[in-house]
Amino acid sequence: MNSVEMTYREAIIAAQRAELSADDRVLLIGEDIGAAGGSFKLTEGLQAQFGASRVRDTPISEQAFVGAAMGLALTGYRPIVELMFADFMGVCFDQIVNGIAKHRFMQGGTLELPLVIRTVGGAGARFGAQHSQTGESWLLPAPGLKVFAAGSPNEAYHLIRAAVRDPNPVVVLEHKFLFTRRGPVQLFDQAIPPVEGPKRLRPGDDITIVASLAMVERIQSAARELERVGISAELFDLRVIRPLHAASIIDSVTRTNRLLVVEENHSLGGWGGELIASVVTEAFDYLDAPPERLTLPDWPMPYSPRLEDAALPSVEAIVTKARAMVEGRGR
Amino acid sequence: MTATPSSPSAEQHVEPERLLRFYQKMLLIRAFEDKVHDAFQSNLVFGTTHLCQGQEAVSVGAIECLGAGDSLTYTYRGHGQVIARGMDPQAAFAEIFGRETGCSRGLGGSMHLADLSLGLLGSFAIVGAGLPVALGAAISAQLNGRGQIAMTFFGDGATNIGSFHESMNLAVVWRLPILFICENNLYGEYSPILLTTPFEDLTRRAEAYAMPTESVDGNDVVAVHAAALRATERARRGDGPTFIECKTYRQRGHSRSDPAKYRPAGELEAWLKRDPIVQCEARLRASANLQQADLDALRLETESKINTAYEAAAAAPWPEVRDLGPETLSSSRA
Repeated sequence: MNSVEMTYREAIIAAQRAELSADDRVLLIGEDIGAAGGSFKLTEGLQAQFGASRVRDTPISEQAFVGAAMGLALTGYRPIVELMFADFMGVCFDQIVNGIAKHRFMQGGTLELPLVIRTVGGAGARFGAQHSQTGESWLLPAPGLKVFAAGSPNEAYHLIRAAVRDPNPVVVLEHKFLFTRRGPVQLFDQAIPPVEGPKRLRPGDDITIVASLAMVERIQSAARELERVGISAELFDLRVIRPLHAASIIDSVTRTNRLLVVEENHSLGGWGGELIASVVTEAFDYLDAPPERLTLPDWPMPYSPRLEDAALPSVEAIVTKARAMVEGRGR
Repeated sequence: MTATPSSPSAEQHVEPERLLRFYQKMLLIRAFEDKVHDAFQSNLVFGTTHLCQGQEAVSVGAIECLGAGDSLTYTYRGHGQVIARGMDPQAAFAEIFGRETGCSRGLGGSMHLADLSLGLLGSFAIVGAGLPVALGAAISAQLNGRGQIAMTFFGDGATNIGSFHESMNLAVVWRLPILFICENNLYGEYSPILLTTPFEDLTRRAEAYAMPTESVDGNDVVAVHAAALRATERARRGDGPTFIECKTYRQRGHSRSDPAKYRPAGELEAWLKRDPIVQCEARLRASANLQQADLDALRLETESKINTAYEAAAAAPWPEVRDLGPETLSSSRA
């Protein structure tokens, strides 16, 4: 296993290239992903390398090609679908939550449905209300799906490769604000380590902070500032939104006694509320402060840069909230 | 190719043995559906169920064109398709009765009969949802180069939903080996077609996508089979999709709670005269030298077989109450 510096975008391409190379049954399907290399250039060079039958441009027909991915998976292929924006899950929601998620179950739990839907979500790029959602909360109540969220170049590479190898349908959420982020990526040959829930990014003593996607780098920045005022934060990248793995977070909270969740979703129906519920149930006696959440305000995402920036949990807000929790200044 | 109404039945030839096979399969479906209806009265069926009496010729005529590696998707009114494809009626009954021995161990129910080993990819309870999935099977067939095809069944109502239009377009653009079998039974749930659709001739939908079409008497199994065979051959040789409109009639209501009182007087009676099984019997008497007594004997034999399957399913065990997590997500590792 060797480690290479690359951007988040490069990691997404590298993971798909590796899986297309490893298994002829892997296909890539989506809008403008061929010669154009994808609207975000996340499939650049793949059609030239693997040909137009394995890297297929589709019409703007999400219901057709997401549903087709299910048919491909049922007949021996392992498709990767690129949905240009996570918001577009809305136009093929039936295929995702009624079709793909339930099919194994409704056929008695015997068949496998190995398919991946990769999609780009998130705010911060001034795309307005219909192109800026992460998509995490939409998928929470869909048993039968796995949902991964890539918070760094390394996770993008690992999660995509693991998703392609998974016998279950996996939605891999990517974040458009992270495309140019550069970082070390551990490359694998054949064996892909399983993805078993949250990844601890650093140990700490005073507070546990959990985030996903673009909020991961914000809690890392916040932790550095908290360190300067003597607060040691333990950080987690949630990585797997569904099924939600709370055990390592619960274990952390039994040591830090505080939990702060930072998510780019609305508080109602977000994974943060679910995580807090698990922690309160399992580790109530360990808590020295009420668990807290920093989320989006309960509005669609505004377009104006000034308003969009204000809607997202900021590093400053994370620091302020964490200090208040640790220093006992209450809510 | 433009819409070509099927030629009169006399011009279409099918060997007597084949016709007899079609007849037996249609009898099997009819007997099955009649027993599902009885089962409902006996409280063996839960929720809802959607019967296909009157539409048997569509399932049998089209599915008889398929080979071992071919796949199909269909709808909540899909009992006819799974029986035509060869599902054991006992497994189908048991699924509808919610029993452990059902084809999906009681997790699917009446609207979700399927068996991957028979290419029965899925029965979709959302109108139009099966079409895109069949596209995927057709892409598989195109990629693996074994001459396989996919088939998707849907009703006239589905031609008004988005997934139909997206699927028709994609199938033509990618020249996929797929047959779109439209069962035009004149009603989308409770609504007559002309209340919801600007014309009854649904081949016009396909023409908009530059897809070859045929329109046939869906109550004539020979006509359905002939059209499906032409389309199958075209698909297998790489010439792309075909839309086949089968004009037929739903002899029962939409679902178990629908007595279908909205039908105009005399409509059902007129269609019963054109019942697909009655029409097939006329052909058999004419071409296979069979007497009505022979046909009646076959019918009794089929009904007895179905009764046996029904009784076994009704006596089958209920599923154990257990953690259904393993059925929800697979834990096998690649």
